[in-house]
Amino acid sequence: MNARFAPGERVSVDKRYPKKHCRTPYYIRGKTGVIERICGKFANPEELAYGRDGLPKRPLYRVRFRQTEVWSSYNGMDDDTVDIEIFEHWLKPASKGAKK
Amino acid sequence: MSEHPHDHGHPHAAIEQTEPQGHYQYLADAVRELLIEKGVFTADEMRRAIEAMDARTPAQGARVVARAWVDPAYKARLLADGTAAVEELGIDMGPTKLVVVENTPNVHNVIVCTLCSCYPRMLLGLPPAWYKSRNYRSRTVIEPRAVLTEFGTRLPDDVDVRVHDSTADMRYLVLPMRPEGTGHMSEDELATLVTRDTMIGVAQVPSPS
Repeated sequence: MNARFAPGERVSVDKRYPKKHCRTPYYIRGKTGVIERICGKFANPEELAYGRDGLPKRPLYRVRFRQTEVWSSYNGMDDDTVDIEIFEHWLKPASKGAKK
Repeated sequence: MSEHPHDHGHPHAAIEQTEPQGHYQYLADAVRELLIEKGVFTADEMRRAIEAMDARTPAQGARVVARAWVDPAYKARLLADGTAAVEELGIDMGPTKLVVVENTPNVHNVIVCTLCSCYPRMLLGLPPAWYKSRNYRSRTVIEPRAVLTEFGTRLPDDVDVRVHDSTADMRYLVLPMRPEGTGHMSEDELATLVTRDTMIGVAQVPSPS
């Protein structure tokens, strides 16, 4: 499968707000995490939602984020994480300055 | 209210829908009627599909967990490829893929779908009402330890909490820890200890003793 990112790679989620259906939660946009695994290729839900075929299929990843990076007021432990499925077209390589 | 006497020991309002139908309910009704009229499926086929959906229970998931507890090779396959491993037990995940996440003395996993209510129905049946509530869906990602405490699951500080937000095509099952004092139990007996909530990750399997 042609996947742009590999497990362990640091990626940032696009901070954009299209006014249409998508499966990228608001709370994770603009955040940086690590590829946990490649899930495979799946039809694009942003097309499926409007009765189209969603093809070509897009690579889907599970990305792991540290909770303390996601929520500034997180009151759990430092190593707590949240894993989220995110399509490749929402991800870009993390910039060098981005926090882990 | 019905006109005939209706007395069976306690008073209550008539059990009927009093709220007006919403837009989406009208839409769903219209689409269903069209599909039946056009012969895509019959009303009886639809009823049977709903009946089959309602008949699934967490016993399916419990069977998977018990097998993983007694068979280390199966457990390894389950964690590597959940979809294929549950197929071995005759469970078809349909178009979704299964990811199994393992609880250990150092890691506790909990499942949520913040966008809607994605849930491993093939393994656990229909989701409980609280799983679909805005409260659970929003708070589990922000303050999972507080939510778990409300379910009676208090985790020590040295246990990492991993939340899994089921946002797309994966479905998740937590493999809970096998409790102490179960060494003598058979696979079938072990399966009876495994409940729905332990496979969502809001509870741990207590020791039977």
